[in-house]
Amino acid sequence: MNEGRVPLTPMPTVLEARNLTKQYPDVQAVDGVSFSMAEGICFGLLGPNGAGKTTTVEIIEGVTPASSGEVFYYGEPVGERFQQEAGIQFQNTALQDFLTVRETIEMFRALYQRKADFDELVEQCSLGDLLDRDNRKLSGGQRQRLLLAVALVNRPRLIFLDEPTTGLDPQARRNFWDLVQRLRTEGSSIVLTTHYMDEAQVLCDEIAIMDGGKIVTQGSPEALLREHYKGLIIELPIDDVTGDLAGIEHTVFDNLGIVEVVTSDVSGSLQGLSAHVLSLNHIKVRQPNLEDLFLDLTGHTLRA
Amino acid sequence: MFGRIYAIFQGRNREFLRDRATLAWNLLLPVVLMFGLSFALGGDRNAYTVGVLQDSDTIVEEQHPFLGMRYIKFVPVKDKDDALLKVSRHQLDLLVEFGDAPRYWVNPDSAKGHFVELALLQAGTTAPPTIDKQQITGEAIRYVDWVLPGILGMNMMFSCMFGVGYVVVRYRKNGFLKRLQATPLSSFEFITAQVASRMVLIMSITVFVYAGTHLFLDTRMDGNFFTLFLVAVVGAISMISLGLVISARVTSEELAGGLLNMINWPMMLLSGVWFSLEGAGELAQNVAKIFPLTHVLTSARAVMLDGASLADVAPSLLALTALSALFIGIGAKVFRWGQN
Repeated sequence: MNEGRVPLTPMPTVLEARNLTKQYPDVQAVDGVSFSMAEGICFGLLGPNGAGKTTTVEIIEGVTPASSGEVFYYGEPVGERFQQEAGIQFQNTALQDFLTVRETIEMFRALYQRKADFDELVEQCSLGDLLDRDNRKLSGGQRQRLLLAVALVNRPRLIFLDEPTTGLDPQARRNFWDLVQRLRTEGSSIVLTTHYMDEAQVLCDEIAIMDGGKIVTQGSPEALLREHYKGLIIELPIDDVTGDLAGIEHTVFDNLGIVEVVTSDVSGSLQGLSAHVLSLNHIKVRQPNLEDLFLDLTGHTLRA
Repeated sequence: MFGRIYAIFQGRNREFLRDRATLAWNLLLPVVLMFGLSFALGGDRNAYTVGVLQDSDTIVEEQHPFLGMRYIKFVPVKDKDDALLKVSRHQLDLLVEFGDAPRYWVNPDSAKGHFVELALLQAGTTAPPTIDKQQITGEAIRYVDWVLPGILGMNMMFSCMFGVGYVVVRYRKNGFLKRLQATPLSSFEFITAQVASRMVLIMSITVFVYAGTHLFLDTRMDGNFFTLFLVAVVGAISMISLGLVISARVTSEELAGGLLNMINWPMMLLSGVWFSLEGAGELAQNVAKIFPLTHVLTSARAVMLDGASLADVAPSLLALTALSALFIGIGAKVFRWGQN
């Protein structure tokens, strides 16, 4: 998590969404979403597939019209300035076939007045060895780095990253996180949508958890976890439990096959549990995380 | 604005030129068709065609036994001067007029004209042999000369409509258009770049193929090369615009292919690519007038075969320009970047 990045003086609001809605014929994809984010932070929209994250950011980006609501960029309705200063990496973007990495970056650079230095951009996204490679011949991680470079061609003040690490192997994900961390330290504001809670926990200063088109809670990951959990989580397999755990506050997750007990007194709780379980060999004691929070708030898992 | 248009223009050109299979197909199709037809048909047409000079649109066989003969196609014609020009060009084998003073026109250099003349006179043995003979002279137009604009026009039509229409739908479907939408690029700039890119590519291919056939098959050119080039440019713009209208909203490549074929095939059949529409019904001829390809081919043939000037083809160029304006106007109004 990114503690220590809280500014001493309030930063200006870079982005504000007011009561966004998107109604499709058969579904309300976004239902009254409002939030604002300060300049220089990484803001995460967290939720399972179909929660409305992508639709929300696409409304903000101007590529999907909202049914109602307003979006402000530095206090003004989004417009030409936003288009010049925002950098966007979509979840699924095809690039032109038969073009090289160098040509793709140069083509997108030419579309903006503000231009990133080509060599710096290439170095930043680790594309130096790939410049003459055809777009079609890039691996998943290389392709994501190119898409990030395309999102950065205009030295954006605000960057949107929509599920940027979906489908990447663990090492490629780690490398991508490093890139995003570097952007943050250079002062860019970032809106990140993801259904990976570890990603949000590592990268985001502030998160909004979405479900069913609505924001169910919002704040910094640490504050939210502190607010909802007083202590640690003891997790044990449901099959190891005998009896009804009378007198012990617990939650049963049938679909996951586990029972969870939240406690600030681990020793006492383990003693109490020992009378009701066949074995303590499979017990896990851990810090609560955003996935736990989401589970508790919505009743289903992030990756459902 | 021009920097953005040029960036997209250049990207599209590279994509097309490096797609070797597509490029080869665009070049080879017209060349193979031209040379194939040239050898297969020996440079001439097969059917006997006789023009019947009259005011009516229907041929009344009872007028003369000749009109009931089999294996001859009788075409009613109203414009005598135009018909005489066709006799001189061997496009009509004979022109005949029945009435108070029956007479016919034939080109003594036309072998088919000679045989049709014999048939006319033979048929006339059961009727008073009072038909008057007139001679028209002129050099034959080979089928290859006649069909060259058709094949180039057809290639242009497919390239313009699929090369723009289908590609835009593919860009929309795979999200590339959405990516561009998130940049300062406007839809006008994107469309302009697509039109310009396809214009340069199709005109290069057309000029290349035309130059090759002109050189190796010694095709006829009675008019001005610049006028012909202008006809091709205006025609290409109109067909690219038509492709843009069709692709303005469609999100499925299958649907786009179907829609493009729905336009292309009637246009190819009714615009006179392979054969003249002289004998076609009035309805077909009127429908053909709404197709850009009809105006392109009529103008190109007029320039190449009849030496028509820019002023002569101006009405067709104006019609093409009007069609382009209509298509671009509709296309810009209904254009969508995304799939929503």
